[in-house]
Amino acid sequence: MTSADSIQKTEDSQFQTSLRKRYQQGNVLRIVSLIATYIGLVVLGVLLIDVVVDGISYLDWGFLSNFPSRKPEEAGFKSAWVGTIWLMVITAIVSFVVGVGSGIFLEEFAADTWYAKIIEVNIGNLAAVPSIIYGLLGLQAFVRVMEPLTGGRSVLAGSLTMSLLIIPIIIVSTREALKAVPDSLRQGGIALGATRWQVVREQVFPLAFPGMLTGMILALSRAIGETAPLIAVGALTYIAFLPDIWPITEGLQTPFTVMPIQIYNWVSRPQAEFHSVAASGIIVLMAALLLMNSIAIFFRNKFQQKIY
Amino acid sequence: MTSNPELSKSPNEASTEPNSKERVFNVDNVNVYYGSYLAVRDVTMDIYANEVSALIGPSGCGKSTILRCFNRLNDLIAGAKVEGKITYRGKDLYAKKVDPVELRRNIGMIFQKPNPFPKSIYENIAFGARINGYQGDMDDLVEKSLKQAALWEEVKDKLKESGLSLSGGQQQRLCIARGIAIQPDVLLMDEPCSSLDPLSTLRIEELIAELKKQYTIVIVTHNMQQASRVSDRTAFFNARAIEAGKQGYLVEYDSTKTIFSNPAEEATKQYITGAFG
Repeated sequence: MTSADSIQKTEDSQFQTSLRKRYQQGNVLRIVSLIATYIGLVVLGVLLIDVVVDGISYLDWGFLSNFPSRKPEEAGFKSAWVGTIWLMVITAIVSFVVGVGSGIFLEEFAADTWYAKIIEVNIGNLAAVPSIIYGLLGLQAFVRVMEPLTGGRSVLAGSLTMSLLIIPIIIVSTREALKAVPDSLRQGGIALGATRWQVVREQVFPLAFPGMLTGMILALSRAIGETAPLIAVGALTYIAFLPDIWPITEGLQTPFTVMPIQIYNWVSRPQAEFHSVAASGIIVLMAALLLMNSIAIFFRNKFQQKIY
Repeated sequence: MTSNPELSKSPNEASTEPNSKERVFNVDNVNVYYGSYLAVRDVTMDIYANEVSALIGPSGCGKSTILRCFNRLNDLIAGAKVEGKITYRGKDLYAKKVDPVELRRNIGMIFQKPNPFPKSIYENIAFGARINGYQGDMDDLVEKSLKQAALWEEVKDKLKESGLSLSGGQQQRLCIARGIAIQPDVLLMDEPCSSLDPLSTLRIEELIAELKKQYTIVIVTHNMQQASRVSDRTAFFNARAIEAGKQGYLVEYDSTKTIFSNPAEEATKQYITGAFG
């Protein structure tokens, strides 16, 4: 800048600052990233409006409390949303125990050997395997081989398949959360005569827990919308009954359906009315997703406050 | 866990005869490797009870590495290996039957950066006692430890607050209180004042002078004035450049008075007069 207001020393010729050009570059980048942000938001907004306009007319109490029907005006979503809740609860329990457990073992206990590195690379790969592959694995392992235990095409077999799908994601995010805990805390505990397990339980786990929950939220959000693996394990589209809560063993072995499968089924029918019914289903699915995330975020914040 | 009575030397027994030069550690021709890299070589020294022994030297000279051999904290580093012999009160520290977890209850450590646990002040101190199966009154222990660490007056009304809410100097004194709550025999200090301001440093130094009546203290410091102020004996380490980085070795170990007034080695003299390092 060579204007009269410039605070540059006038004879300083070795630094050609061109302040205007640098500001311009910054502005261009800011506008580009702003546009990128709005593209996502606008697309989401259009989708939401479209779905709500289509689906709001069929969305009433009957839609939530009726089983599926051949007549669009009587078609209900009950078996689908109840099935999704079953699936999510079992998947959350199984994948939390296995995923967080493996993550803690790999990060805190396992020695840094080539064997551990192979496992690490494999877990990274598993997170990227197409979901239909997990479905085929679940079909063979849980539906066929373990049929006496799972009862075949049951909600338990579906949940175990879904758990397999999201466990790699949970392991990776658990390890990231554990890595974020400073090593000085571990050493502080160990120097006091604590065992590894005592250090993990008392110092590391409480600090890493909110991060682990974030990973769980992301993984479960993926699971709630998955269709392909459940089609492979044989979740049905016409279910006119609910699994029994008591005895739970029988409930777990009951055939089931979930919201995305029911929606998929309605969308693929020729009648236009069913497309509107599907839109109502999408609204319920999104509401459920929002609810689930809110609960998880609520718990995460609660735990974050507990830690100083 | 089976307790090893020979490792569980209570500090009170030691303090009954403060003038006898009881040998706590004997380091005999010790080399420390990280993998195949020889980080520190040829260290031979004795640490005596109820004294402050300072380890000084330029960075990379291996003084922290040696300090971490005393409580086997180097065990946590994959590939770290100690050659030679270190005995603690006559027992081989690296013998198979010595359990490092049990050992660390007797040999406390204060780190370079204060590292209070993200818990309340009270819990910070109670943690070590609880995991080591302390049977006495916890409130008493917390109060006693905080008083010993000269922190009680500042925190007695906010024991439920986070340890992280304290200032840096207070945090370090909390870590000292935490370390002495489990009634160790030895306190290892790894540059305990390097992240503190001069006033906090002074308080910690006063505390060290007080604590040595009860404990044996080994302190690593970058600060030569600090070594001359607080220690009874000083070990000067130096480093030489090798291909893989730096290799540390012990140059001289003697009473602090001798090291600072009449060192035997030229390198020591240069270092303490500020010619290098």
